[in-house]
Amino acid sequence: MIEARGVHKHYGEKTALDGVSFSIARGEVVGFLGLNGAGKTTMLKILCGLLLPTAGSVVVDGVDAVSDPLALRRQIGFLPDRPPLYGEMTVRQMLSYAGRLNGVAGSRIDARVREVLALADLEHVADDLVETLSHGYRQRVGIAQSIVHEPKLVVLDEPISGLDPAQIVAMRGLIRGLKDKHTVLLSSHILGEISHTADRILVLHGGRIVAQGTEAELVGGGGRKKVEIVARGRLADVEKGELLRMAGLTNASAVDLGGSQQGLVRLRASFDDDAARERLIKTLVEQGFGVRTVVDLESDLEALFLTLTGGGATPASSSFTQPGGVA
Amino acid sequence: MSTALLIARRELFGYLATMTGWLILGIVLLADGLLFNGFAMSGEKKSFDVLQGFFYFSSGTTMVASIFISMRLFAEERQQGTMVLLETAPIGEHVVVIGKFLGAWAFLLLLLALSGYLPALVLVNGHVSAGHVAAGYVGLALLGAACIGIGALSSALAKNQILAAVMSGTIIVGLLLAWMLAKKIDGTLGDVVGFLDLFDQHYRAFSRGTIKLASVAYYLGLTWGALLLCTAVLSARRWRA
Repeated sequence: MIEARGVHKHYGEKTALDGVSFSIARGEVVGFLGLNGAGKTTMLKILCGLLLPTAGSVVVDGVDAVSDPLALRRQIGFLPDRPPLYGEMTVRQMLSYAGRLNGVAGSRIDARVREVLALADLEHVADDLVETLSHGYRQRVGIAQSIVHEPKLVVLDEPISGLDPAQIVAMRGLIRGLKDKHTVLLSSHILGEISHTADRILVLHGGRIVAQGTEAELVGGGGRKKVEIVARGRLADVEKGELLRMAGLTNASAVDLGGSQQGLVRLRASFDDDAARERLIKTLVEQGFGVRTVVDLESDLEALFLTLTGGGATPASSSFTQPGGVA
Repeated sequence: MSTALLIARRELFGYLATMTGWLILGIVLLADGLLFNGFAMSGEKKSFDVLQGFFYFSSGTTMVASIFISMRLFAEERQQGTMVLLETAPIGEHVVVIGKFLGAWAFLLLLLALSGYLPALVLVNGHVSAGHVAAGYVGLALLGAACIGIGALSSALAKNQILAAVMSGTIIVGLLLAWMLAKKIDGTLGDVVGFLDLFDQHYRAFSRGTIKLASVAYYLGLTWGALLLCTAVLSARRWRA
């Protein structure tokens, strides 16, 4: 569906993209992950025909972005980080205008607008002015606007930026629903969002793709969660009672805390599921350890992301053993 | 062409659905009325002179209105992030430029039409020909088209609306003063510079009820040239933006 080969983009002396190559299959939901300034938006703009690459090629469904930009734009629906909406129009007028602008026939436009209003759950605000809508609804109108002409590829730039938790959940459902009819490419610097929504992840850093694959492929361990537990007790008791083995854990570590936290032991472990976490806590309590705190640590994917982008420490501490851990 | 008309309709709707559009209409019509009463109608004058005075003063308000109407064409869209809707649509830049120009010009024509009651008063109560009124309005429409074309180009170049207005105002004043420069230059070059004059060389005839084809061609050429440059500016942005 999308083939990007050696895409470069320079703004004067500055290099925004430095030989980006990737492929996306039809029907995939692919997430572009990267820190602010990594080149995500530049790449998306090139895919949408908003910018032309300095070098390299982008082909979307057989259409070359440079030689036939108009045909390219017919294939694509784009929602930038700020939805391109006219405040003085109603939602229905806005969608109708966007549809006509993108080539939907006059005889078909009313029916198509009704379809996308239903799909984006906007029917109850269809005749409201866009300027009166909340940010979450504007994002929904933006997505509806990007699919009104039934494009093959939908490109969403930071679609959940600025949404509240309830709106985020609703937006995830809406984006996943697009998969039935469209190939979806979304960008975000929020890792949790990408891992919740995308089938596959492309990590962009410094204008280059530094990793790509499914979340499981990237972390090499199926997206395990890490937990840190602080409990009253001693490391010697943990080792003597073979507590970690009893809890069925092979990849965990324990250490005595000193100073003001004398008498406390810190355990770090990674789990495939919540049952293993509950098993460890239950074992600790049964063995007389006074559990003080249980804290979720960064996921392996977050650690990988920080490593790849140079934005944080290594994925795990030296005492933490991670089977098939990240490179 | 249908897409250009679609854009033009939205543009016109944008003026009429916002306070800015109504402010421009109200202020220009008020200024037209005051200038008509204060200057065109002052003293003992023949109907012809009153009408000529009306078209003389209206040319000023039309040029100012054109600057304010056109300053938003692209600069506002970029500021509000809506330009991307046009940039990602499967249409050429020239379609966007034509559509926006037509929308802005339609709004100016509406404004001119609403000022029609003033020359109508002269037509009904005095002795002037309908042809004089028609020629005057043709001149205002052409002058306005050229100024909107210059405004559209400025709006495509400028980062914001204020800069766009300053830029188009500067170009228009430069063209208004071309006759002064022409006086200082001898020979063919002086004639060429003189021909570029936006007002004295070309508009005065319209205000007297005469339509000169050379002046029609001048205004159309100026409009076309400005819109062509505007299209080039938008196309170039895909390479460098």
